[in-house]
Amino acid sequence: MSTTPPVLELRNIDKSFGPIDVLHSISLKVQAGEVLCLLGDNGAGKSTLIKTLAGVHQPTSGQILMDGEETRFTGPRDASARGIATVHQFGGTFPLMSIGRSFFVGVEPTKGWGPFKRFDRKRANEIAVKAVQDFGITRIDDGDRLVGGLSGGERQSLAIARAVHFGARVLILDEPTAALGVKQAAHVLRIVNEAKRRGLAVVFITHQVMHAMAVGDHFAVLIRGAIAADFRKGERSREEITDLMAGGETMAGLEALSH
Amino acid sequence: MFASLLRRPEAGSFLGLVVVYLFFAALGGPVFLGAPGWSSWLNMAAEVGFIALPIGLLMIAGELDISVGAILPAASLTTAIISGHYDLPLWLGIAGGLSVGLLVGFVNGVLVTRTTIPSLILTIGTMFGVMGLTLGFTILIAGSTGVFLVPDPVSKALLGSALGGMFKVGIFWWLGFVAIVAYLLHVHPWGNWVFALGGDRESARNAGIPTARLVIQMYMLSGFAAAFVGVAQVISFGSAQVAAGSSFIFNSIMCVVIGGVLLTGGAGSVLGIVLGTITFAVVNQGIFFSGLDPNFGSIIIGALLLTAVLTNDRFRALAASFVKKKGPAQ
Amino acid sequence: MSRFLRRPEAGAILSLLAVLALFTLGGADLGNLLGAASWVNFAANLGIVAIPVGLLMIAGEMDISIGAMIPAGSMAVAVISGHYGLSIWLGMAGALGIGVALGLVNGILTVRTSVPSLIITLGTLVAMQGLILTGAKVLTGTASVELQSPDWARQVFGQLIGGSHQVIILWWIGLAAVFWFLLHQSRFGNWIYAMGGDKVSARNAGIPVQGLTIGLFVLSATSASFVGMCQAILFNSAQVSGGMGYIFNAIVAVVVGGVLLTGGFGSVLGIVFGTLTFAVVAQGIYFTQIDRNWSNLINGAMLLVAVAMNEAFRKRAMAPLRRK
Repeated sequence: MSTTPPVLELRNIDKSFGPIDVLHSISLKVQAGEVLCLLGDNGAGKSTLIKTLAGVHQPTSGQILMDGEETRFTGPRDASARGIATVHQFGGTFPLMSIGRSFFVGVEPTKGWGPFKRFDRKRANEIAVKAVQDFGITRIDDGDRLVGGLSGGERQSLAIARAVHFGARVLILDEPTAALGVKQAAHVLRIVNEAKRRGLAVVFITHQVMHAMAVGDHFAVLIRGAIAADFRKGERSREEITDLMAGGETMAGLEALSH
Repeated sequence: MFASLLRRPEAGSFLGLVVVYLFFAALGGPVFLGAPGWSSWLNMAAEVGFIALPIGLLMIAGELDISVGAILPAASLTTAIISGHYDLPLWLGIAGGLSVGLLVGFVNGVLVTRTTIPSLILTIGTMFGVMGLTLGFTILIAGSTGVFLVPDPVSKALLGSALGGMFKVGIFWWLGFVAIVAYLLHVHPWGNWVFALGGDRESARNAGIPTARLVIQMYMLSGFAAAFVGVAQVISFGSAQVAAGSSFIFNSIMCVVIGGVLLTGGAGSVLGIVLGTITFAVVNQGIFFSGLDPNFGSIIIGALLLTAVLTNDRFRALAASFVKKKGPAQ
Repeated sequence: MSRFLRRPEAGAILSLLAVLALFTLGGADLGNLLGAASWVNFAANLGIVAIPVGLLMIAGEMDISIGAMIPAGSMAVAVISGHYGLSIWLGMAGALGIGVALGLVNGILTVRTSVPSLIITLGTLVAMQGLILTGAKVLTGTASVELQSPDWARQVFGQLIGGSHQVIILWWIGLAAVFWFLLHQSRFGNWIYAMGGDKVSARNAGIPVQGLTIGLFVLSATSASFVGMCQAILFNSAQVSGGMGYIFNAIVAVVVGGVLLTGGFGSVLGIVFGTLTFAVVAQGIYFTQIDRNWSNLINGAMLLVAVAMNEAFRKRAMAPLRRK
């Protein structure tokens, strides 16, 4: 165990929307160079938790700590400015833009001066292609190609490479493998490992236990808005985790009934 | 009771109509309030309203139809060429004119459902296409851009006469069509499908609604309505012109929007469309009774349209809060 | 070749070649046709409006109020500098100012509400039409206003080069270059594409979506009033009617030019070629044996073929990379 404080830590976070409580005293830690897998069935509160981490929602109570110091995010822009990047299921959302252009949306490199400042397409393409290739996707070699022409796994990889390039320290991956085939998913998992090797703190949200076991160092199972289990790699078997996710009690109850 | 009326989507259009009517009544006086006034705006409402009804259905379902502007003269000329130029029986000419509308509507519907092209662009394309065909064939066959037709007395009475020399028979056709569309949209399950289509096409299809057939039916209905107005025009005027009809494109959309139907789809009512149509017609015709410059009417309509669009949601929100505050006391 | 086909302007260039081929078969002398001023003048007037309308469509919006802005620009300059005899500078400022004002209204209403911009600009179209007509009647008592502009203004905005080609052609070329720079070279272009792709993601990426939308509406309305202003200076008078034809013509030119109405895809070069194609069909038909009444049919068919081709090209452009 490292002695440096976790990059991001949640302490007793509660979140309610009006009368509905969605999250109950969630406590989590994400270390640099570690993958935290958040497991949970649909409706367990995963997406609310992600949005709280990414600054979209403010917690109703509890503390958020970055590098051991208490903080709060005023909005998604604030969170991303401080190195928290969220990559959604479908990766880049601009299928009709070129790889180079979409990589730099909002932060375009320019050359020239004054009103004649030009978008530096060549440099944008070079940087984008290099960033993606550094992650081991050598098939992308032309920054002018449209994002829509990439496979699902490649789009995810492009989005992750983009986040890393722009200095993300915490990478939140929202079901990155859910819509992918076996091969494509393996591809994305390799990228996750690469991001971890580079010292990023990764929060990997999934309901596929196999994928979680392949890259995770630390696991948290979310049931009805609360952490039902929190353990490290090797402490639980795959069957145990699957049972936990399905809501251990319910499964036990079913078994009791059938005996 | 009052508050629940206010929250209906038609409330805004109804209030707009009352304001506009009172405004022109004050300026136009007894002539506007009497038969001449009523007939002038009812005649206009009937024509534009006939087309606005199916356009409204399409807009509820999230689609547009620009081609009605070309279908109208195409149908007039078809009728005039068949029964005027070739002197065939008028029922044949009427059937021919209406078939043109149904056919173009069918083509629109099939193209909209088979491709991913937005219906706005698609129907602009068919509009230009039908316009070109109409012009080309009319010159080819009749040698001029206007064709004459002498209708038989029965057809003239049914489609082209005016009661008391003022109220065109088209008003009754319109009212009948209103009743049919109101039944289809609000009573028959078909209407539920239309709303579902505008709400979320994917879910509608998953729910087992035959979305493609539904879209084709709606386009055929709008093609038919435009053709019907075209046929009625040729019978009442005795001649058909290639250049007629383009004003109906935006006028029908405006009636629908003033009636509270937004292009965003999924909401709207026949009553709203009818109120919107009447409002539009009252402004358009009332201006001639008011002594104001006729062009001033366009400003009023534009302003009405924008107000209708902008207040639609806010008005309902306001009505809802009104109920919350005053509710228990009533 | 396949690289060329992937570009947004490919369809427009192919359409133009096809139309020229058709017209040659229809009996047109290509030399005569290309040397004629009528279709180039037509294209220039339409083209200045079509490019900013196309930019709006790439950003996922629509502006049909341009139909009222052309007579508005004419009327403003004619009323101020013709009827009241004030300096042409004031008249020009008035014409362009009215464009900026309406563009602001369109843009602000679009970003502040969830109403589609097609409907909003339909409202401002009708309101503006009424305003122009009423304004002209009330201020001048007529629907057609005379304008005598000084020589320099005629030289710059309303000259006929060689007695036939309107000077607005040069403006079109210049403005096309400016818009090309804006869309393809500056970072604003990237923002416009991103907005057309996904507004929410664009906003999250730090793009000032609202400001840019308003800016684009101002550009389109002002370009339209600029065309109206040039027409008034050229013809020495302003008419209240006219301009409605530009609405559909501009949309057709833009779509034939390869812009997707759903946003996110298109190019300035494509719009320019789309405009040229439309103009050749509309005006070049007089140089052929083909009856001119069929030109609408050709334009309609061309639009439908173009949109179908756009779809095909888009699919092609998005086709997955081939494994080497």
